[in-house]
Amino acid sequence: MDLLIQQVVNGFTLGSIYCLVALGLTLIYGIMEVPNFAHGHLYMVGGYVTFFMMTLYGINYWVSGLIAGIVLAVLGILLERIVFNPMRNSPSTNKFIAAVGAMMFIEAVARVLWGSDFRSIPAIYDNVVMIGGVRLTEQRLIIIAGAVILMVALYLFLKHTLIGSTIEAMAQNRDGASLVGIDVNRVAMLTFAVASLLASAAASLSGPIFLVYPSMGALIIMKVFVIIVIGGMGSIPGAVLGSFILGMTESLGATYISSNYKDVIAFAILVLILSIKPSGLFAKGGH
Amino acid sequence: MLLKTEALTKNFGGLTALNKVNFEIEEGEIVAIIGPNGAGKSTFFNLISGFYPSCSGRISFMGKDMTGTPTHEFACSGIGRTFQTTNLFTDSTVLDNLIIGYRSKTKMGMLDAIFNTKRARRDEGASREKAGEILEFIGLTEVKNQPVGNISQEAAKRLAIGLALVTEPRLLLLDEPAAGINHGETSELVKLIEKIQHSGITVCLIEHKMQMVMNLAHRIMVLNYGTKIAEGTPREINKNDRVIEAYLGGTKHA
Amino acid sequence: MDLIKKMYKTKYIAYLAVFALAIAFPYISPNRYYLTVVTLGFIYAIAVYGLNLIVGYLGQLSLAQAGFFGLGAYTSGLLSLKLGLSFWLSLPIAAVATTTVALLVGLISFRTRGHYFVILTLCIGVIIHLVIEKWDSLTGGVRGLIGVPIPSSIGPIEFKSLESQYYLVLAFLILTIFVMSRIVSSLVGRTFKSIRNSEELAATLGINVMKSKLLAFGIAAFFTGIAGALFSSYIRFLGPEIAATHLTFEFLLFLLIGGQATIAGPLVGTLLASGITESLQFMQEYRMVVFGALLIVIVKFFPGGLVGATKSLKAKLEKRVNQRKKSGTNLPSKGESHAAKNRGFN
Repeated sequence: MDLLIQQVVNGFTLGSIYCLVALGLTLIYGIMEVPNFAHGHLYMVGGYVTFFMMTLYGINYWVSGLIAGIVLAVLGILLERIVFNPMRNSPSTNKFIAAVGAMMFIEAVARVLWGSDFRSIPAIYDNVVMIGGVRLTEQRLIIIAGAVILMVALYLFLKHTLIGSTIEAMAQNRDGASLVGIDVNRVAMLTFAVASLLASAAASLSGPIFLVYPSMGALIIMKVFVIIVIGGMGSIPGAVLGSFILGMTESLGATYISSNYKDVIAFAILVLILSIKPSGLFAKGGH
Repeated sequence: MLLKTEALTKNFGGLTALNKVNFEIEEGEIVAIIGPNGAGKSTFFNLISGFYPSCSGRISFMGKDMTGTPTHEFACSGIGRTFQTTNLFTDSTVLDNLIIGYRSKTKMGMLDAIFNTKRARRDEGASREKAGEILEFIGLTEVKNQPVGNISQEAAKRLAIGLALVTEPRLLLLDEPAAGINHGETSELVKLIEKIQHSGITVCLIEHKMQMVMNLAHRIMVLNYGTKIAEGTPREINKNDRVIEAYLGGTKHA
Repeated sequence: MDLIKKMYKTKYIAYLAVFALAIAFPYISPNRYYLTVVTLGFIYAIAVYGLNLIVGYLGQLSLAQAGFFGLGAYTSGLLSLKLGLSFWLSLPIAAVATTTVALLVGLISFRTRGHYFVILTLCIGVIIHLVIEKWDSLTGGVRGLIGVPIPSSIGPIEFKSLESQYYLVLAFLILTIFVMSRIVSSLVGRTFKSIRNSEELAATLGINVMKSKLLAFGIAAFFTGIAGALFSSYIRFLGPEIAATHLTFEFLLFLLIGGQATIAGPLVGTLLASGITESLQFMQEYRMVVFGALLIVIVKFFPGGLVGATKSLKAKLEKRVNQRKKSGTNLPSKGESHAAKNRGFN
């Protein structure tokens, strides 16, 4: 029983990380219809920036995370300007390939600059707390709390600021948004900035537990794609729901099915879902 | 009877685009479907050409039940169609468009292609021959080697009709063939449609140009809000109160 | 007419020259290292031809290709290692097995469209990779399979030397190119291209889109499986990374450099890119930096790749030559085409 609760908490932790990355990916998809393959790699860079801020400059964990967020927001905007904006009118296959190119590029640069070693963001919150018989490290609680706070912040931003509601409106309906004369460029850049910031935050939060390494982006991006396909590409609630479903399934699956094949679970779920419903679980509209 | 629909219905989400439409098309005639914008004309076309699956009701063609069969089966059974927005293979030439249009009538497969068998050569030849025949028929032989992007909008419309004809249909569905072309071109188009009918192909068209419809059609069906409100000869339709009402905006009800 | 004949003639001569060069290569290659690089390049090229059929001609971005490559390699490698099957049996079995799996994958994935298709095939590729990596008892897991035997000799022909293996791979490459060019220039190939251009229109013309897609997918997987089998007997060591998506992306890069939907593209792209890779060996780490950036530049500015760019350059030159000729006889080409258009209406 304790094991089960433990795994549920782990599932929540995992789900929180996925969620922060998935929200950005789904927002970008909603706004630009670009499956941004490089999004996971921004997450990776976020982890590295946090790591180096702390180890090289001895900056406080939270401040490092904040700096990483800002750096990544700028990187996100650059990515939009250099890669995706020029390709706005290209066929979707070409956009996809460009995103793959961006992904290869970022990972290769990371390897050149930082090597292929695994690094760990110094853990400062590694005390164990007991909650109702469940042992938890503080860091796990911080991950979950941090993710919730950021999600609420994102929600408030999307619902209660003008630019935020523009983003949301555009994510739901691109054509409608362009009709009312919204500055598409500004919205696109801002979306990339927000999405990259969220990814960076996910990496800063998870870094002390899940380590930082150049190929960490490649695995998470595929899982996050699974999530947003499950949740319906472009859907914000779908991304949140999908993240926790996947986090939970992986955590429980690793314990009760096979830890060896735990990474297969996500992809198997996707194949299963799309075999049954080719247009996704929560496809909009339909006949 | 060539085509028959019974209680044909289509919903999009909560919206009923087409509601229990019964209609019959006789072999050899020219029928027109008219109605205000959003009346369900194109939806009706999309259903009887197998482009969308219907939600309920039946479609039969030459006595064969077509309900629920995939799109390509409709074409293979002899229903050819054009689209409202001229739909062509934009990356190839006029001739190549027609050659691929004849593909469903050819039998060659992968092995024929690899070993360049007799059948492959025969099919290749037959496709070219058929394409040439249609080019002549629609009067585009002169531009056959042009990429479709280079030909005029009117020529593209002709080609779209040719593309439907090359599949050797028994029934040809034309979705607003005269949209966006001028008066002189329209009369050329009428001649072409009559020529098609004389060659033994039944024609069903959606059209907004009333004068053209009244001259051309033997029979007319009128749709409004997804339901059939009238059916008859042009003369009958002209005098039908419900039709006049629908076109004038239903002021009597308000 | 003369011009066309001449063009055919030059083309024919060019083909012969390339063929002669390929035959003579082991004797003129300055060192044996180049021979190994080119042989491996040929093997990859066979797989890239498969990808070309799906991405270039059918217009579907399938990212499961490395998975199929790995499947072919491991099937062939395991059959010859564990069952002692001859290469001449394990290769066709591997090709057929890969095709069978691909057809099943196709049945599922071709029901989806657009980005869903891409992501689904990507995930299937990842599953194949992960299963190979995790199924330790069968595949040796991350340690891989060591000592896959070389192809057994046919009569007096042995495949022990590097040269003989080069010729073996070359023979398969020529077979691949021959089959591919026959297919893409036939009505079957036209069918694929029509689906790339507009699936809806193809279906309304009576083309069974699903069947055609499966056919292309199956043919592609067949050759990818062959490439995998050749790889296993040539390199003689198999690790799970040969099924990783990374390799799919490299295949995609090779294809785009050379030019998708062209017959020469896959070979040109693969040889060029593996050539660059080898010459960049000393800066291995920077290789992907260059390639990643290159991929973006190509897809933005030269979507037709090298072969495509050459073709359009040639077309431009020809047009200019024609125009000059026409202006000589006082018949501006623009006016003429306009006249032709008008005649079309009547």
